[in-house]
Amino acid sequence: MVKYDSNCRYQESHEWIRIEGGEALVGISDYAQSELNDVVYVELPEVGDALEKGEEFGTVESVKAASELYMPVSGEIIATNEELEDSPELVNQDPFGAGWMMRIKVMAPEEAEDLLDAAAYKSFCDQE
Amino acid sequence: MSYTPLTDAERAQMLASIGVDSVDELFADVPVSHRYPDIDLGPPRSEIEVLRDLRTLSEKNLSLERTISFLGAGAYQHFVPSLVGHILQRSEFYTAYTPYQPEISQGTLQATFEYQSMICALTGLEVANASHYDGATALAEAVLMAYNVGRGKRTSAVIAPNVHPEYRQVVQTYVQGTDIQLVGDRTVSADLTGLKAQITKDTCCVVIQNPGFLGELVALDEMAELVQATHQAKALLIVVGYPIALGLIQPPGAYDADIAVGEAQPLGTGLNYGGPYIGYFATRKKYVHKMAGRLVGQTTDIDGRQGYVLTLSAREQHIRRERATSNICTNQALCALASAVYLSTMGKSGLRQVAELCYHKAHYLAQQIDQLSDYSLVTGGAFFNEFVIRCPRPIRQINDALVTRGIVGGFDLGRVDSERADQMLLCATEVHSRESLDELVDALEDVA
Repeated sequence: MVKYDSNCRYQESHEWIRIEGGEALVGISDYAQSELNDVVYVELPEVGDALEKGEEFGTVESVKAASELYMPVSGEIIATNEELEDSPELVNQDPFGAGWMMRIKVMAPEEAEDLLDAAAYKSFCDQE
Repeated sequence: MSYTPLTDAERAQMLASIGVDSVDELFADVPVSHRYPDIDLGPPRSEIEVLRDLRTLSEKNLSLERTISFLGAGAYQHFVPSLVGHILQRSEFYTAYTPYQPEISQGTLQATFEYQSMICALTGLEVANASHYDGATALAEAVLMAYNVGRGKRTSAVIAPNVHPEYRQVVQTYVQGTDIQLVGDRTVSADLTGLKAQITKDTCCVVIQNPGFLGELVALDEMAELVQATHQAKALLIVVGYPIALGLIQPPGAYDADIAVGEAQPLGTGLNYGGPYIGYFATRKKYVHKMAGRLVGQTTDIDGRQGYVLTLSAREQHIRRERATSNICTNQALCALASAVYLSTMGKSGLRQVAELCYHKAHYLAQQIDQLSDYSLVTGGAFFNEFVIRCPRPIRQINDALVTRGIVGGFDLGRVDSERADQMLLCATEVHSRESLDELVDALEDVA
């Protein structure tokens, strides 16, 4: 049973964002990790990097594919999840929790408005 | 899956997309006279006649079985134990294809894994790939890797003047179309004092060769300074190394180099008139995801038994496509096997012995030549098994005269630096007997 976290907003490229005040956590959805299979490596940006909405911020590699990750909103990277270096499988095990990828400072919160909520994202996935 | 061949319409579409009018235009680089040569083999002949004619043709080549050679400069004559040939010519290895299906390829995969492990032991680094085509392309891949480790933000690659000039040319070719700029004096030299000044915050890597192209060994304290300056600039240090020398000198891992590459031909692959050769590539585990090339990993199957597979395949271009850091999708499997057999046969102490023999024979030769009145030793500091001498006549003439005496002389340095037209790079290895070293000295004296 694929999980959809209702506290997150989503992109069609399967990243989620959970905004808390002026900051946000970003990761990939349960649907994405189940499609990717065992994640072996996550490449994340450097702390301090500033990226625009839609810009590529990293890649997630599984045994069978390598996918790019895109910024759901513009932001400056405050922290990246260093646990993923030794335990990339956290993305599979707990994609909305311990498998978080980065914490960003949100530059323009209005950019989140055109992101999908959990229900809309679920319909999108059901159609894929 | 459709097996229908291309239609004329599809061909026309492809040609239009490339911007060419006909398929023939794609062969424009081949001189017209060579495009459709007349092949006149004559009437059919018996096997005896054909063998005899081919043998006559082949005897036009100098064979190292009948000629002594003192030529090095990137390809080296070392003894290949007969055990290497016995293993390589087992048809299971000789005919094996790429091990994409691990269930039926455990032999190839294990041999490659052992090769990788031995390269790690030799270089003192943590992970090695399954090999590249040759040392020069391995270096090119190392430069590209360093650029990618720096996320493409730093575009300057500093290449020391002691790096093989042909390696530099290959790197130049490989970085075409990227924004990587090669920095560094192109004139070959053992003088590394200008290097530190060329390292900036825009540097992604510094490439040094050890032993250098002219044979000299880089002093450990000089190397330590360069490593420090490189790391301070957040760049990677790449060391190009002659693997036999690693039997004697400190390996790159010991002085914190980030990538070690080089030509592994000296380890069990003969000179073969220029190829096939094999590039070795080793680096630190933390950079493995940016490393190109095939990689064999050790794992367990569902029954818990040890086995081998190609691994971290998502790095490679058949999965990442245009986002891969390289287009390489192969390795030199048979040569890698030869290297693994060679290193196992020699063992640590055997390799050390080979290195010591190379070192001592070269030093004896250098000393003897330096005593000849018409010749002098140019190499000043420590060297491994190659050194530079100054000759009384242009090297071309000296070498032509030596050949008539059954000796292949050293590399004509005038070919890479017009100021060194009277200088020759000589090499001695464990295959040279004392008699043949003395023979060269006498011959040089004669042809002065």
